[in-house]
Amino acid sequence: MSKGVLYDANKCIGCRACQVACKQWNQLPAEATTNTGTLENPPKLSASTFTKIHFTEAEDNGKFQFVFTKLQCMHCEHPACATACPVAALQKTKEGPVIYDDNRCFGCRYCQVACPFGIPNFEWDKPMPWIRKCTFCADRLGGGLEPACVKTCPTGALEFGERDDLIVIAKERIAASPDKYVDHIYGEKEVGGLSWLYLSPVPFEELGFPTLGTEPVTVNAERAMGAVPPVLVAVAAIMTGVYLVIQRRQKMSQTKENDKNKVEVTK
Amino acid sequence: MIQRIRSFPIGTTIITAIVIACLPAFVIRYMYGLGAISNLSDGRPWGLWISFDLYCGVALAAGGFTLAAVVYIFGREKYHPVARPAILTAFLGYQLVILALLVDLGQPWYIWHAIIYWNWHSPLFEVAICVMTYTAVLALEFSPAIFERLHWNVPLRIIRAIQIPLVIAGVVLSTLHQSSLGSMLLMMPTNLSPLWYTPILPLLFLTSAIAVGPAMVIFESTISSRVFGHRIGQDVMAGIGRAIPYILGIYLLLKLVDLTARGNMGLVFTEYPLNLLWWAEIIIGVVAPIVLFSLPSVRQSSRKLFWSAVLVIVGLVLNRFDVSMIALAPRPGTIYFPSLMEFAISIGLVADALLVIILAHRLLPIAENHASAEGQELAQGQEAT
Repeated sequence: MSKGVLYDANKCIGCRACQVACKQWNQLPAEATTNTGTLENPPKLSASTFTKIHFTEAEDNGKFQFVFTKLQCMHCEHPACATACPVAALQKTKEGPVIYDDNRCFGCRYCQVACPFGIPNFEWDKPMPWIRKCTFCADRLGGGLEPACVKTCPTGALEFGERDDLIVIAKERIAASPDKYVDHIYGEKEVGGLSWLYLSPVPFEELGFPTLGTEPVTVNAERAMGAVPPVLVAVAAIMTGVYLVIQRRQKMSQTKENDKNKVEVTK
Repeated sequence: MIQRIRSFPIGTTIITAIVIACLPAFVIRYMYGLGAISNLSDGRPWGLWISFDLYCGVALAAGGFTLAAVVYIFGREKYHPVARPAILTAFLGYQLVILALLVDLGQPWYIWHAIIYWNWHSPLFEVAICVMTYTAVLALEFSPAIFERLHWNVPLRIIRAIQIPLVIAGVVLSTLHQSSLGSMLLMMPTNLSPLWYTPILPLLFLTSAIAVGPAMVIFESTISSRVFGHRIGQDVMAGIGRAIPYILGIYLLLKLVDLTARGNMGLVFTEYPLNLLWWAEIIIGVVAPIVLFSLPSVRQSSRKLFWSAVLVIVGLVLNRFDVSMIALAPRPGTIYFPSLMEFAISIGLVADALLVIILAHRLLPIAENHASAEGQELAQGQEAT
């Protein structure tokens, strides 16, 4: 059974304790930023910021309202990064986390390009850079603990548990107060399912979430890769065949000519 | 032949200067990281080096496997004189890719990890393995030029004995990685514009690479015949040119049928401004060359043939830039234009390859008029048949 986290935007108060807890547990340095005119800080995820609270200014019954969303790796059920990675440095574990092994990575950054959520980040300022992203606190999960951000959340906006159970809980919440939630669990079906699930009072497009289909983004690439062994054998066979046929034809025309020459000589 | 060339011509001096000028960028990259020399960011992790050096570099090196197949597998000995320069250019093209990756990769010293940690699902894994193997194959295919020069007969005989398996391996590896460069983009269905995104991208990549191979051979051979004074028969060039409309025709047909089948044909009119690039690609790189190479008057003039080949090359470069950069949406809020040092490295690497080509032409039996014993035999054999 794989673990997941349910984030409820109606319960989040934007305190950003999760951001601090994440930095503490993963021993990440603070970032020097400038005022961008919002309460949101730092402005985006980076190699030293694995999670952040995103502030959306929305209108609720004519009243101004902040809607918060927590950004971090979604730990997809069919992660594009793991399919993309040529050396399998990124892997989906059966417990849920998509983990990264810097003993394998050589820094091609295909994971960054492939991720539909734009999550893996790169250490652009280091001479020996790695990819960095949320680990789902796989090290804590292994010890029977919940992720650091979930542990620290004071309002219960983050709930850790079995992914299947969380979907049931989310459905119950939507059913209990349909006026408070849009009828959509983001992550239940998106790109084949995410380990992180979201509930929101406003449509997810308004929160800046990408609108994605239910098919994993990896499908076409995996199909193309599946065709590799037959193509390899077919091309090799065709080329060998063509070579042998043409060789034979040339030899035959040569012997014919030789025969002609012989005939002419004997004449 | 060799004495005719000035000992250190101006062109070579300039090219050497460019190569030296781009060296500081390498040093800065290894001291302060990729961010210090490039405009790459988390929003746009792949830039000029991937689009130009990898995507264009690999496609433009397709002359190597297409010509090797034509000469050694399809037995068209007529094209033997251009096969060796094509293989040299292909070999250098792959050197270019590998050198660019030394700058672009975060940890290039671990590139060999691709050999021990396999991910069968990754198109980039296939590209990595094929590029490594094919570079070795190209080195072996080209090695007779060096062995002939050094008069090392034993290795020469060994290479000749395995020549056909080598060429077949080269064709197989090229088919695989030329197409899987397209498969790599299949991973981005949400980011790549539907004008270009299609499950048949691998097939389109392979077809366009096969089309640009002969065009590159015409391009290089025309230039090297000017610079080094080799004579290559007009019938050889015209013969190569004649194949291009057929391959481009298949490419065009695939593109149009695919767009229609997916119901996206309307996008070529509505997807402004990206559709302008699509039209530019099709008109410059596909339709115009199909018409031009079909005209006997074009095929008989080496100048017209050269410029028609340039069109195919420009169209292909545009296509590779479109799919790997321009039509591929970055993360929201990212604008990317390559930095000066990114350009410097790409230009420096091309200059580096040119320098090696110049040296090779001066030191090694590249063109057929330095004819090897085998070449003469073949020529006689051809007359006999």
